Amino acid sequence: MTDLRELYQELILDHGRRPRNFKPLDEANRTAEGFNPLCGDKVKIYVNVDGDEIKDISFQGSGCAISTASASIMTETLKGKTRDEAEELFETFHDLVTGEPAKLDSPELGKLAVFSGVSEFPIRVKCATLSWHTLRAALKGNGEVVSTE
Amino acid sequence: MKAIGKVLASREDTNSPFDVQKIRADFPILQQTVYGKPLVYLDNAATSQKPAAVIEATTRYYSTDNSNIHRGVHLLSERATREYEEARAKAQNFINAAHSKEIIFVRGTTEAINLVANTYGRANVGAGDEVLITAMEHHSNIVPWQMLCEEKGARLRVAPINDDGELILDELEKLLNERTKIVSVAHISNALGTINPVHRIVEMAHHRGARVLIDGAQAAPHATIDVQALDCDFYAFSGHKVFGPTGIGVLYGKASLLEAMPPYQGGGDMIASVTFEKTSYNVLPYKFEAGTPNIAGTIGLGAAIDYVSEIGLENIARYEQGLLEYGTAELSKIPGLRLIGTAREKAGVLSFVLEGIHPHDVGTILDREGIAIRTGHHCAMPVMERFKIPATSRASLAFYNTREEIDALVTGIYKVKEVFGS
Repeated sequence: MTDLRELYQELILDHGRRPRNFKPLDEANRTAEGFNPLCGDKVKIYVNVDGDEIKDISFQGSGCAISTASASIMTETLKGKTRDEAEELFETFHDLVTGEPAKLDSPELGKLAVFSGVSEFPIRVKCATLSWHTLRAALKGNGEVVSTE
Repeated sequence: MKAIGKVLASREDTNSPFDVQKIRADFPILQQTVYGKPLVYLDNAATSQKPAAVIEATTRYYSTDNSNIHRGVHLLSERATREYEEARAKAQNFINAAHSKEIIFVRGTTEAINLVANTYGRANVGAGDEVLITAMEHHSNIVPWQMLCEEKGARLRVAPINDDGELILDELEKLLNERTKIVSVAHISNALGTINPVHRIVEMAHHRGARVLIDGAQAAPHATIDVQALDCDFYAFSGHKVFGPTGIGVLYGKASLLEAMPPYQGGGDMIASVTFEKTSYNVLPYKFEAGTPNIAGTIGLGAAIDYVSEIGLENIARYEQGLLEYGTAELSKIPGLRLIGTAREKAGVLSFVLEGIHPHDVGTILDREGIAIRTGHHCAMPVMERFKIPATSRASLAFYNTREEIDALVTGIYKVKEVFGS
């Protein structure tokens, strides 16, 4: 079960069951929706951007433990970060879950490092990255619904 | 159902028990381990595994008989043509069609439905007409009709299902009217396992002058099909679900209807003669078989039909019912598990939700136990919507599954609950 434990770590299970920042955001000035048609994961990301800073961020939606935990930890990590930092973290996170040699000990990753196990479960990568792709769309503000397909 | 041309020793006539271990030995793919655990393949509604006889038939075809069919004058072509047309006769016999020309080979059930929608549908459905489907249909039996209705300004009506996943026949009957041109319904639901009373539906539809297409994708592997007894106008099924290769399927249509229908795809083989001024079409069934077909796939389908016919569909159905009853009872004991699809008449599909745990996570953990199930909407998003769930986990049975495998599934589900601390 070592492999499974790498994916379903305590932190992920916790955030999957009790996601943080799981609410709509009234003061949001950027939102986007994301959808994984293969499994039905749905996410809506709310961001309050002030100049360059992500002042507040939250999400709603329904999905598997991986996608929910990913959105939860993402919102925790990104609060107070700049848009550039968010973009960089997107790249780093993507590398992490797709098994690219990531800067695993990069301090910015923080709790996000817990998703390193996803790289062993390629079918679940889209679950982990859905919220990040959606966040990106929210920041770009083009109003499209993000799909993993 | 006896295989055509020969009287094989069918186990239908004896009381010998269904020897599932002997059957399993016929399927090479079942012999492997997955992550060090024996493979427990419970995803048969998505696709079935193939017996050695089917694999050998396609290998032998490519090794010794491969040739293009119908117009060659050399020996290989003669052999290939003969085997191809023999497979047609086997398919005819498999569903008890009156004529072999009523068997059209297509890519699968999806193509079969699209063929009917685009030819019979386009020619017979007009503005204000209606097409009736049900709330439990697979996307392949929804989207072609949506496309047709949009093109023609016709109306798509949907017969509702109850909380057990059964069609509410009274409501279906109320939806039938003189504008209904086509009724298209699943024989067996892939998401819920419900077996529909298609015989009655055909009667009701014909009473109103509507034609009926039956989506038999899930029925072909599990039930005896008799299109003459059903009196349906069209019947479709896929080879890969009935232990044959992918890329091959059958559309049955009543000869009189097929004669009147315009062709689907244009090209070689479906023509009688071609000039730039005028082209005339070939006779049935070739009018609907343009281009070089999936010859190897067709021959493989013939071998699959031989294989299941030898075991006997009635024996298969009986065995699977026993397994389904066992699986239903065992799964029902698991706290927090809710079965989706609890019709009184059901085939071997066990769709379920586990409280607080997303099917995707169930599937991944079961996968690591060597258990293959399917999770998601099963190409039936409206069904998920009806039951207000994003997805289900679905274990679907075939006649090579065993009680031990059901036990493994149950153990696996408890493991899932353990990981999630519930």
